[in-house]
Amino acid sequence: MVPFGGWEMPVQYRQGIISEVRSVRDSAGMFDVSHMGRIEFSGPGAQGFLGTVLSVDMAALGQGRSKYHVICDEQGGIIDDAIVYRLHPDCFLLIINAGNADADLAWLLPRAERHAVSSLRPGPDRGQGEAGAGQAGAPGVAVRADVLTQRVAMIAVQGPKAVETVDRLSAGAASAIRRFSIGSANVAGVPCRLGRTGYTGEDGFEIMPPAERAAELWARLGAEGVAMCGLGARDVLRLEAGLLLHGNDMTVENNPVEAGLERFLFLDGPGYVAAAALKRRLAHGTPRVLVGFKMTGAGIARHGMNILSRIPAPAQAEGRGAGEKPAGERIGSVTSGTHSPTLDAAIGMGYVDRRFSAQGTRFDIDIRGKLVEAEVVPMPFYSRKR
Amino acid sequence: MYPSELKYTKDHEWARIEGKTATIGVTHFAQDSLGDVVFIDVPATGTVVKQFAKFGEIESVKAVSDLFSPLGGKVVEINAEAKSNPELVNKDPYGKGWLIKVELSDPGQAGGLMDAGTYKKLINEP
Repeated sequence: MVPFGGWEMPVQYRQGIISEVRSVRDSAGMFDVSHMGRIEFSGPGAQGFLGTVLSVDMAALGQGRSKYHVICDEQGGIIDDAIVYRLHPDCFLLIINAGNADADLAWLLPRAERHAVSSLRPGPDRGQGEAGAGQAGAPGVAVRADVLTQRVAMIAVQGPKAVETVDRLSAGAASAIRRFSIGSANVAGVPCRLGRTGYTGEDGFEIMPPAERAAELWARLGAEGVAMCGLGARDVLRLEAGLLLHGNDMTVENNPVEAGLERFLFLDGPGYVAAAALKRRLAHGTPRVLVGFKMTGAGIARHGMNILSRIPAPAQAEGRGAGEKPAGERIGSVTSGTHSPTLDAAIGMGYVDRRFSAQGTRFDIDIRGKLVEAEVVPMPFYSRKR
Repeated sequence: MYPSELKYTKDHEWARIEGKTATIGVTHFAQDSLGDVVFIDVPATGTVVKQFAKFGEIESVKAVSDLFSPLGGKVVEINAEAKSNPELVNKDPYGKGWLIKVELSDPGQAGGLMDAGTYKKLINEP
């Protein structure tokens, strides 16, 4: 067990990380992801408010549908990546990273208040996190924020057998929920919301039971053969699927254009705070860009390692060994890296000077003083069989 | 879990001494702490290693650890099977998961190693 974002989390269970990764790829595995922040935003002003802070076309977000996106500050820096669902016409669920929950809320809640206050009528008393209640029955631009993280747990069940397993426990209700949609079902008798999404590249659900019934649900899933999986496996799986991890592959010092997330940007929402900064980025381009790579030499790249341009040809002709040569120019650094059991290869992501970002470009990674070659490859590294 | 015929170091390596040659690997405790081993970096045959000096690295999914040689001498064989199947270190740390074989420069150095009982005390193993 290790501390993670203010919680105690397992890195792995008894079987080990590789076995857990294989379970998710071959059958089904489950992760306790209750640490992830969950906030419901509701009220007639919620949609408008969220459109100012999320890179999402909120008007186009259908009932029961979800959108992966980024939360950016006014400079276009990435505060977090997140998923937003429309639960009801005026009610949205935002799911954010555990490690960023406090920072995200500190950024979002005051903005929710200001959005509501802009045409607020004085109200009686303000509840926790509630902005602008207004008079009972009076129309307003109220935005209410309800932090669910402690009251509702979340268990991610992922893998080719995930949907059929959850279906067995929900009398077929689970499979009625479309990919990237959210719905409700009784899973093993526990009333849950289920989002058909995940962080592994497999089909499956993020199941949200009431916190006091989470252990019961976990046990019932285990009895169905779903493997218990920890943070170690979670990190390998998401990297194989080409999914970014905030804190590693993107921080507030990065913008979504260099992180390769343009397709998750909607910049035309009324009052979207990052619109100007991000439009400038898109117009001017970025000097560096996040790429995926596979090690072609023997070694595993890890976060923080330097990426160096390949040794120029004349040095090779002089017959010196690759590890002994003076290093090439530093062109970037590794943000994530691991050994992939699914691909039986070492993979990773890193920011590189844009001139070295084309598919097939080879560069060296300084692995504790030894230069080991890698090649830029497309992401995702792994795609599930359809 | 800690064969009595082997010698041990505080850094969780073991040595099986047979005459002037020793086979070297990491203990059950080491592979359990590391988790799934995915990469082994050991020196080429012919390399001279010194007792208690770093001779390589062993890497698991989540971390990398230095390897320290229990004995000094010349590397005469490395375990190619373990290099291509690092999981052997987890599954069979004293058998198929051996790492290097060393021709000893000074068999007397074995006196500086722990026996199984002492090593088990070190790791709080009953």
